[in-house]
Amino acid sequence: MSDFFLGISLALAALILVCLYRVVFGPGFLNRIVAVNVIGTKIVIILTLMGFIYERPDMFVDTSLGYALLNFIGTLAAAKYLERKGNI
Amino acid sequence: MILELIAGLFILCGCFLFFTGTLGLIRFPDFYCRMHATGKCDTLGALLVLVGLAVYNGFNLVSLKIIFISVFIFLANPTATHAIGRAGLVNRVAPWTKESSGRTGELPSQEKGR
Repeated sequence: MSDFFLGISLALAALILVCLYRVVFGPGFLNRIVAVNVIGTKIVIILTLMGFIYERPDMFVDTSLGYALLNFIGTLAAAKYLERKGNI
Repeated sequence: MILELIAGLFILCGCFLFFTGTLGLIRFPDFYCRMHATGKCDTLGALLVLVGLAVYNGFNLVSLKIIFISVFIFLANPTATHAIGRAGLVNRVAPWTKESSGRTGELPSQEKGR
């Protein structure tokens, strides 16, 4: 089952590389924020899977919980800043 | 054995949803359309993968934390998507229409701020 988790993690990492295209070349700030949000969600999943690969899920679950909170706060802060600022 | 099978099925469904969301993020013509793809597919994909992992892990404290992460993503990810969409709407990013793209059935050239 560990090989299965490793394969799923590698597939998600490949999807992150595809999403990175939208971060680098995406027109405008808003596309980049959407792509970074997607990458953050995928990284939360990869961290949880990594805990099961290393057979220590109790440590990695806390890390992924913190990462989920930071991802949400960061996206919300960037969106509110752009809403205030205008003229993007 | 049967629990591992159910967990694998959940995780594979979640991985397919992640693939669909990424495809929408790359291929859709507009900022709003891309949010439409990623906001739903990523939320449900994360929910399915985390529930599959909780089923695989069994009934203990780590599973409770994983379920808590999935509930938090289920609440937070649509909220973040809504905030980004509101920022675009306040800044008057024009939505994509068939008329603004020229000929029908063809993806438009991507302009700045779109």
